[in-house]
Amino acid sequence: MQTMITLDEILNDYIGRKRDALLPVLWDVQTAFGHIDAEAVHQISHTLRVPEADIYGVISFYTLFHDEPTGETIIRVCTDPSCGLAGADDMLNGLCSRLGIHHGETTVDGQFTIEHSACLGLCEHAPAALISWRGIGEQSIAPVSDTDVLLNGTDNAQYESIIGGDAPVLLAGVDTYAAQRLKNYGDYVALRKAINDSSPENVIAEVEESGLIGRGGAAFPTGMKWRFTRQATGQPHYVVCNADESEPGTFKDRVLMEARPHLLLEGIALCGYAIGAETGYLFIRGEYPEAMQRMQAAIDEALEVGLLGDNIMGSDFSFHIEIRRGAGAYICGEETALFEAIEGKRGFPRIKPPYPTTHGLFGKPTTINNVETLCAVPGIITNGAAWFKAFGTEKSTGPKLVSVSGHVNRPGVYEISPGITLRELLNDYCEGVTGELQAVLMGGAAGTFLTPDEIDVRLTFEDLRKAGSTFGSGAIVVFNTETDLRDVLVRLGRFFRHESCGKCFPCQLGTQRQVEILERLDAPLPDDRSRLEDIGWTMTESSLCGLGQTAASAVLSAIEKWPELFEKG
Amino acid sequence: MPEADDNMITFTLDGEEITVPEGTTLLEAARMIGKEIPVICYHDATTANGLCRVCVVDVNGGRLLQPACIAECQHDSIVETRNERVERNRRTILEMLNSAVDLSQGEAIQEMMMDYGVDESRFPDAKRREHDIHDDNPFYVRDYNQCVLCWRCVQVCAEDAQYTFALTLGERGYDTHVATAFDIGMMDSPCVFCGQCIGVCPTGALKPKTEWGLEQGMSPDEIRQMTRIPRRRKENTE
Amino acid sequence: MVATPRLVADRQVRTTCPYCGVGCQMDLQIKDGTIYRVSAPFDVAPNYGNLCVKGRFGLDFTTHPRRLKTPLIRNGDGPGDFREASWDEALSLVTEKLSQIVRESGGDSIATYACAKATNEDNYVFQKWVRAVMKTNNVDHCARLCHAGSVTGLQLAIGSSAMSNSIAEMENLDTFIVTGSNTTETHPVISLFLKKAVRQNGAKLIVIDPRQIELTDFATLWLRQKPGTDVAVYQAMAHVIVTEKLYNQDFIRERTEDFEDYVESLESFTPEWAEEVSGVPADDIRAAARMYANAERAAFYWGMGISQSTHGTDNALSLTNLALMTGHVGKPGTGLNPLRGQNNVQGCSDSGGLPNVYTAYQRVDNAAVKAKFEAKWHTTLSPDPGLTVTEMVDGALTGQIRAMVIMGENPLMSEPNLAHAKHALEALDFIVCLDIFMNETGELADVILPTASFAEKDGTFTNSDRRVQRVRQALPAVGEARPDWQVVCDLAKRMEAALGVEESAGFDYNHPEDIWEEMREVTPDFFGITYERLEREGGVHWPCPSLDHPGTPYLFEEDFPRGKGKFWSLEYGTESELPDDEYPYNLTTGRVLFHWHGGTMTRRSKLEEAFPEPIVEMHPDDAHALGLVSGDWVEIESRRGSVVCRAMVTGRSPVGTVFLPFHFVEAAANVLTLDKVDPRAKIPDYKNAAVKMRKTEAPQRDGRDESLDKRGAIKEPTKYVH
Repeated sequence: MQTMITLDEILNDYIGRKRDALLPVLWDVQTAFGHIDAEAVHQISHTLRVPEADIYGVISFYTLFHDEPTGETIIRVCTDPSCGLAGADDMLNGLCSRLGIHHGETTVDGQFTIEHSACLGLCEHAPAALISWRGIGEQSIAPVSDTDVLLNGTDNAQYESIIGGDAPVLLAGVDTYAAQRLKNYGDYVALRKAINDSSPENVIAEVEESGLIGRGGAAFPTGMKWRFTRQATGQPHYVVCNADESEPGTFKDRVLMEARPHLLLEGIALCGYAIGAETGYLFIRGEYPEAMQRMQAAIDEALEVGLLGDNIMGSDFSFHIEIRRGAGAYICGEETALFEAIEGKRGFPRIKPPYPTTHGLFGKPTTINNVETLCAVPGIITNGAAWFKAFGTEKSTGPKLVSVSGHVNRPGVYEISPGITLRELLNDYCEGVTGELQAVLMGGAAGTFLTPDEIDVRLTFEDLRKAGSTFGSGAIVVFNTETDLRDVLVRLGRFFRHESCGKCFPCQLGTQRQVEILERLDAPLPDDRSRLEDIGWTMTESSLCGLGQTAASAVLSAIEKWPELFEKG
Repeated sequence: MPEADDNMITFTLDGEEITVPEGTTLLEAARMIGKEIPVICYHDATTANGLCRVCVVDVNGGRLLQPACIAECQHDSIVETRNERVERNRRTILEMLNSAVDLSQGEAIQEMMMDYGVDESRFPDAKRREHDIHDDNPFYVRDYNQCVLCWRCVQVCAEDAQYTFALTLGERGYDTHVATAFDIGMMDSPCVFCGQCIGVCPTGALKPKTEWGLEQGMSPDEIRQMTRIPRRRKENTE
Repeated sequence: MVATPRLVADRQVRTTCPYCGVGCQMDLQIKDGTIYRVSAPFDVAPNYGNLCVKGRFGLDFTTHPRRLKTPLIRNGDGPGDFREASWDEALSLVTEKLSQIVRESGGDSIATYACAKATNEDNYVFQKWVRAVMKTNNVDHCARLCHAGSVTGLQLAIGSSAMSNSIAEMENLDTFIVTGSNTTETHPVISLFLKKAVRQNGAKLIVIDPRQIELTDFATLWLRQKPGTDVAVYQAMAHVIVTEKLYNQDFIRERTEDFEDYVESLESFTPEWAEEVSGVPADDIRAAARMYANAERAAFYWGMGISQSTHGTDNALSLTNLALMTGHVGKPGTGLNPLRGQNNVQGCSDSGGLPNVYTAYQRVDNAAVKAKFEAKWHTTLSPDPGLTVTEMVDGALTGQIRAMVIMGENPLMSEPNLAHAKHALEALDFIVCLDIFMNETGELADVILPTASFAEKDGTFTNSDRRVQRVRQALPAVGEARPDWQVVCDLAKRMEAALGVEESAGFDYNHPEDIWEEMREVTPDFFGITYERLEREGGVHWPCPSLDHPGTPYLFEEDFPRGKGKFWSLEYGTESELPDDEYPYNLTTGRVLFHWHGGTMTRRSKLEEAFPEPIVEMHPDDAHALGLVSGDWVEIESRRGSVVCRAMVTGRSPVGTVFLPFHFVEAAANVLTLDKVDPRAKIPDYKNAAVKMRKTEAPQRDGRDESLDKRGAIKEPTKYVH
């Protein structure tokens, strides 16, 4: 059921476009032909006026793009910690042995290519897989019950969003299987209020007053970011929504996009109104095909009724949102690397300063916010800052989403009032740990471990920081005593080696050297611990961006908590 | 003491108070007082990207060290260009690099390794970055076993000089390498053989074929013959 | 595996590149007499660390086995029939023959080619020998064949013909027009600064060129005029500037003359008329005119496409008119900049290698100048301007010229209508060549004197932006080869003796610096430049009248050498040979990146491996009509002759125009070109000749059976995006 489309037909839609159309056109070619060959690169080069070598560099940077032929179907199985705990390796190996190939290879009949994949953001349904069908596109499948599902495909790979917590606000009343349609979401009340009864300055003031801080991991005050952008000289201004949720163990943004697309659109539009932008980009990671489709459908709905587009609600505020699809690179969750990806380049993080608020996308003033952050804004504008501050603590205001996976009885997305303890979350909402608790990885691969003694920590930005830990992206991965923590560390190490962009030396070299040592922890060499410490601290202190600066975070915390893991025996 | 000036920055560098124009990088400021901060990727003629991080220095004891090649001097800051943290970082970077790449022809890097007491066998059993030698044109040879990924060749091939765009970076992370599109040979690429890349290479990764031939013990006549062999082939045609 | 130890240089020598007119500074690294690496200093003008393939990798010609190592004397009538001789025998023979001709029919029956590749010092003593000993001003050189149109036009309009601005200014340009110059291939390092101006600093570039050259990738506006219609486009731009009153009233009033007459003459040159003539849309002409006129600063850069035409002078004048009416001259980032093609074509002209002027354009027919040189050289000099190179060739046919002295040039590759030129040279009684290789001209010589290459001698070159820079000896001369200046001085002294001159004009120099010192004394514009200063500063832009003068990076700040800038009313018309039914294609000639001129040097270097054969570029429509695809063999025939080479089908050529590089003797472009010249500049029309083409069989030549895309690095020139 492959659709036949020619390269010329694809490129026709791109005539007159520039380099920032590179990822979209590569996606179109990849989807149609299963890979992007030299002739396609040559033609794209002339259509977009981008040098061939640059295009090749982009293709080879992103893991979802291929420059050599692939099978009609590409099956990617996640092997990161949560899926690893759920038997992903067996699934991958079983698949390979049924087809008689190794992962990374294509069957001789050209039907299947099998790859392992970094986190697919379906940790609550582990193990997960992402399938690409030539001529059609991608679909996520989770949980993967057996290899038949993967080989035969399935029309209905629908998974349920598992939702809970004590503070249902962003995720209040959603259908766990389908996106909320506009007729159920209703009018963009907050946006209407802002346009009719308020001003951009007042919107920013309200957000500042709410104490909202960024939910992506860096925890920067949102209102301040908006103010800096609004004040920045240089036009145009841009809003970018960072939906490149790739931190292993994190899936809350996926659930938000799949369940409440209009909430996010309204949040993005409010940001655009506040900072003086007419264009917003929603950069969704390539591994989220469902979220992308649902967001696009919501944009179409909103455009149709004039909630987005030109002269919204009859005002002189015009705002358009364009979806950009990532192509397999964790680093693009780093804000400046994400800009580079939109601009059609390899996802290398930029040097900061200058910061995005003055030199962001296309070098222009830009506000870039996480999905959850922007989803929090409509409520703040509709109900007021005071309402928002009623959730949580003084320094951690508003409801907060966390993604819980691993050894709990009910993994899922939980919306909590900051201040409840980790123990309460695990026991009261996640229905308890499966087996006996050994460790919790807070903040995902870039986070730190907590021991069972430490789970009475209150889940707030400030308490976690005090405990030497972090909310990070809100990922919480739970390990029981059956888990081999060395295996977890190896998976984390492999993840960072795979995802290091290669720009700065400490991370490019350190992620490789680190995983080499982690892989031999069953029989470590003398001084391996000091090697890991030197590598870890050098990456932490000297790396160019947050990825390298946190690539040893889990390892260093494990060394501190379980030094015996790094000794012989 | 220079007079106070809006456009001047006064700060402390290794215990010495100095005043420099706003926008001066720490690397430049150190040079002004005769201190050379070690750096691999930086070159006066190319855009600084802060890649190697060998030039990191300690600013105000902050959590992160700052790359001197791009970090600008800040008012009243206290900068240490060499202390225990800085040394650990520099030494570890050099040790990791040395375990990946043949640095024997990078004279300046060799000096840094001596200076920072690099243990050449710090990382046993480390996977090295290994590449075939690219001998695909009459003018120069590319030996990426010696490539440290300073990016300078890619930059001068692009917007730092030539605007030819024959080179790019392939793959990512540890596997990152300098490449042509689809790894085609240089004679099939847009390369115009200006050799700006050779001019900025900090190691022996890029060198004129004549130099390479002499190193291999060939006579000038043999080199002349060698460059006359037609060499135009795709390198990845298996 | 660990690399072998790095090579350590025996010596490293800073010198000036011997190829195009950019004058790149380079460090030669040498081991056991082999230049193994050429690098460029990053902090030194004009190239700031950059080189091109020729400078970086194309210097191995210096040690090529076929370098001339001993003097050769003709030993029979066949081409290449020579025997080796001692210097004494060869010099004696030359002295005897030339002296005899001077005695019999006067110095004016000898024609001489100075050399745009040799040093200023070589050329100074050469013209001194010609003028002071042979008593003729018949000295010229290949500048005649490249920039005479520009030189004449600029002299008429402002009184000076050099590039008015420095290379260093380029990267900070605001708006600039590149026309008739494929800069990326002919002046690669200059093109880097132009590209940088556009891409890094936001400059606007207007390319006005029939060919889709690489710079069109960088252009804001590209005007693709039909070949030879340049004047129409520029006059129409002037028309727009006048009609829309975009000119600079103050500048016109204070610095120029004859504007009103010029404005009247413009009336019929409307953009619509120009569109009909040139094929450039009228609105594009308007847009270009506005962009140029409204710019804060705007400059012209041009090459052979402007000057090598039967109306090359008019082409140049059409540019000077625009610069004068907008005041875009005399400030940094503005100006009129002809890009010089050879390493020392500027210097050869500056050193007196022209028939009408001594050093720095001091006229031979100016009594005071003549008196100055007569006093310095202790002799009497001719007040009559000598013959130009094109006139010398004609003179050889009529018998007016009996002998030629040719220093380092190869007219039998570079002259138009080569059959005619060869016929002329064969008619001569005596030819002596000074050269580093045997070449097409040398084959006809009676005596060939082996000289030192640029790497084997000291001296100075003057680059395209008038920067005088040192050339330094890096290698011993091969065999018995000697620096040109020594050979010339020996010959001059021997001739003085043979002719019974009582007081020598002075040819006893120990070092080129002594020659330069004499040049300084007789040349106010050079007076401030000394070797010691060049050592210290790297280079100095003349004019530099005193030791404390900084040199002059851009000219005409206060006034023009002729006083006021003069507008020249122009007629539109062409004397070029236009395509017709029988010869339906227009042939244009030029260079490719990997080669240089007649290929004497580049084809004896590694460069040959990258571009081993001539190709003729033609538009896909023309190729289709002829049933050709890239790599097919094609015969190109004009009324003068025919050549055979392979076709490269490319959109770079406009429909109806084909391009053939002139470096390749096996398909010498100048077999086809026409020896018709611009009436004022005497420059031939290398850019226009009518030809016909047909598909043909491969000639039997070694190595040519491979398909074209396997030959070196020859590629379809518009294949890549930049």
